[in-house]
Amino acid sequence: MTNFTRRALVKGATAAGALTALSGPALLDWAKAWAQTAPWKPEKDAKLSMLRWKYFVQAEDDAFVKLCEAFTKATGVKVEISRESYEDVQPKASVAANTGTGPDLFWGLYSLPHLFPQKCMDVSDVADYLGKKYGGWVESAVKYGHSGNKWICIPICYSGALMNYRIEASKKAGFSKFPDKLDSFLEYAKAMKKNNTPGGFALGHASGDGNSWAHWCLWSHGGNSVDKDDKVIINSPETAKALEYAKQLYENMIPGTAAWNDSSNNKAFLASEIYWTNNGISIYVAAQNSAKQIAEDMDHAYFPVGPSGKPTELHLMYPVLAMTYTKYPQACKALMAFMLEADNFNPWIQSAKGYLTHCLNAYDANPVWTADPKATPFRDVAKRTLTAGGLGSVGEKAATAISDFVIIDMFANYCTGREDVKTSIANAERQLKRIYR
Amino acid sequence: MADIALKTGTARAAPPDVSAWQRLRANKNWLGLWFMLPTAAFLILFLAYPLGLGVWLSFTDSRLGRGGVFVGLENYIFLWDDSVFWLSVFNTILYTTVASVIKFAIGLYLALLLNEHLPFKAIIRAVVLIPFIVPTVLSAIAFWWLFDPQFSVISWSLRKMGFITENINFLGDPWNARWSVIFANIWRGVPFVAITLLAGLQTVSPSLYEAATLDGASTWQRFRHITYPLLTPIIAVVMTFSVLFTFTDFQLIWVMTRGGPVNATHLMATFSYQRAIMSGYLGEGAAIATAMIPFLLGAILVSWFGLQRRKWQQGGDND
Repeated sequence: MTNFTRRALVKGATAAGALTALSGPALLDWAKAWAQTAPWKPEKDAKLSMLRWKYFVQAEDDAFVKLCEAFTKATGVKVEISRESYEDVQPKASVAANTGTGPDLFWGLYSLPHLFPQKCMDVSDVADYLGKKYGGWVESAVKYGHSGNKWICIPICYSGALMNYRIEASKKAGFSKFPDKLDSFLEYAKAMKKNNTPGGFALGHASGDGNSWAHWCLWSHGGNSVDKDDKVIINSPETAKALEYAKQLYENMIPGTAAWNDSSNNKAFLASEIYWTNNGISIYVAAQNSAKQIAEDMDHAYFPVGPSGKPTELHLMYPVLAMTYTKYPQACKALMAFMLEADNFNPWIQSAKGYLTHCLNAYDANPVWTADPKATPFRDVAKRTLTAGGLGSVGEKAATAISDFVIIDMFANYCTGREDVKTSIANAERQLKRIYR
Repeated sequence: MADIALKTGTARAAPPDVSAWQRLRANKNWLGLWFMLPTAAFLILFLAYPLGLGVWLSFTDSRLGRGGVFVGLENYIFLWDDSVFWLSVFNTILYTTVASVIKFAIGLYLALLLNEHLPFKAIIRAVVLIPFIVPTVLSAIAFWWLFDPQFSVISWSLRKMGFITENINFLGDPWNARWSVIFANIWRGVPFVAITLLAGLQTVSPSLYEAATLDGASTWQRFRHITYPLLTPIIAVVMTFSVLFTFTDFQLIWVMTRGGPVNATHLMATFSYQRAIMSGYLGEGAAIATAMIPFLLGAILVSWFGLQRRKWQQGGDND
């Protein structure tokens, strides 16, 4: 059937920059060869169920299904995939962890595994294998993946949340390029509002977009929830400054952002109701399909940096974890490793059109990052991002603070005038102290 | 006489040829106990046990994925000083009171209307039920769109008609959001009240109205002295359920606002879910849920005993 030897096939696949996407029989041959040499041998009659976040880009999901089908053909392990809105993966995973029954694998958001680290399988061997093979993990992925000395999940990818803006409207407001400093960004927001081309950040309970901009705003002003020893330090002049800054931004946003969830800004941007926001590349991808004039007139930029001069962004991490209750631990590990092998990962990440960013350095070379310059900023989000918890640990407590919307609520309470600066900070501090006790 | 009666009774009570087992078998109470057991087991397993477990969890520091230890009233003490908790209590009481009163008023009005001889009566009655038939999540999504800050068809229409220049911030402003979710709840809850009260109205004998009319009673007097008194048992039941459903509402709020903006529409149920499941604080979430019990009992007592004082409601025969 083929002249390839198993060794040659696997060796070919390990080339970090191997970008020639295998498909059809070639992919199957490679998958079979991989299955025979991989360190993990799935249990007899193993079958896996995975609950993953619901795709934003259809092509990404199609590629993922293909990948799983190849895995099934190569190993005989059937993979059943179910999908939930990414906000709903966490409660389901939590209930499964609590009851000890449910899908074998959960592919969720941020530090989901750190909500129940003792229920997550130790996957250090998979992480070491992939790290060695593909140029090492980015620093933030190492932090997200670890609980104590072991890896409790495999950081599959990030979804970068960067600034999305309309080029012409920005030019009309006097900005030929997107502002890269806090002060100029505020001026930009004011000018855009004045021209009746406002923008907006989600101030509602938006797990992705809301958390991403609120943390950027806090961190860029030097504020932090906790220090490196997880001591709560939110009550600081820097936090107050961040709140004042956010309030000025809020006054120049489109009305209604306090009610926004993760999809609200996408809809508003695509309807030309707003002209700047923070989001993944999904708005651009959707615009390419259904609103080409918007796609041509929009671009992406990094968040403006604060006085420290360093990026203070928070991007969405998508880790996959296997539950300790699974009957098929070897099959789980095999699938995790299989997902990130170059022959699978490269075409998959390409199909995501920039929506997903790799955590393994070798994948910087993927052409998806250079084929369209508007996607290039998303290449580096894994390297630019801070982790949930900021200076502090990325564990269970940071996950809880994010899940409980402590920081967003602090900003929302002040921006909407429900509370004054002191009260909004005090309430966040009280909640954080309980979480970090 | 008394002695004779006593002797006769004793002789009858213990015939020598009937064993204790046979007596037990013939005992209706014993048989009743066995018939009751499946229901009792069901109630204990699915109602009493979860309730007890919930109350117990509220006294522990349980997190999702691991058990906790007994911490006494700590969760309650934390909640006592938690402004969001008190906001959720306020929201729940406001939501329940306003929605229930309006649902009752509209429901009763609709029921009276539907009890009249109208053309296409059957079709109209079926149409009234539609909001109740539509799955809650679907109607909640519809309302979410209707009240969207940017895409509301209401705002759009008013703008086109020139009544407003900017969109109404339905779900982005705390009070607007509260009234919006209350409106959605009323829309959804009215059919239940209306149809149940209509069923009650159908049981009122027309001869009473005929007699009253002959006596010269006005429409209001017929309603006040015939319809209302005869309808009160049904009203008590309907309002008890309506208050319970409204107080424990979750889906509408979760789909429309997730408790926002700035927690302005968090009900105790949604707040409990957020703390227990989203954040993983099972103990604290259970404490919020347990804190609903006194309010629920209070609401039930008011609607049950406040609206009607018939003997059957208190365990006796009706008069």
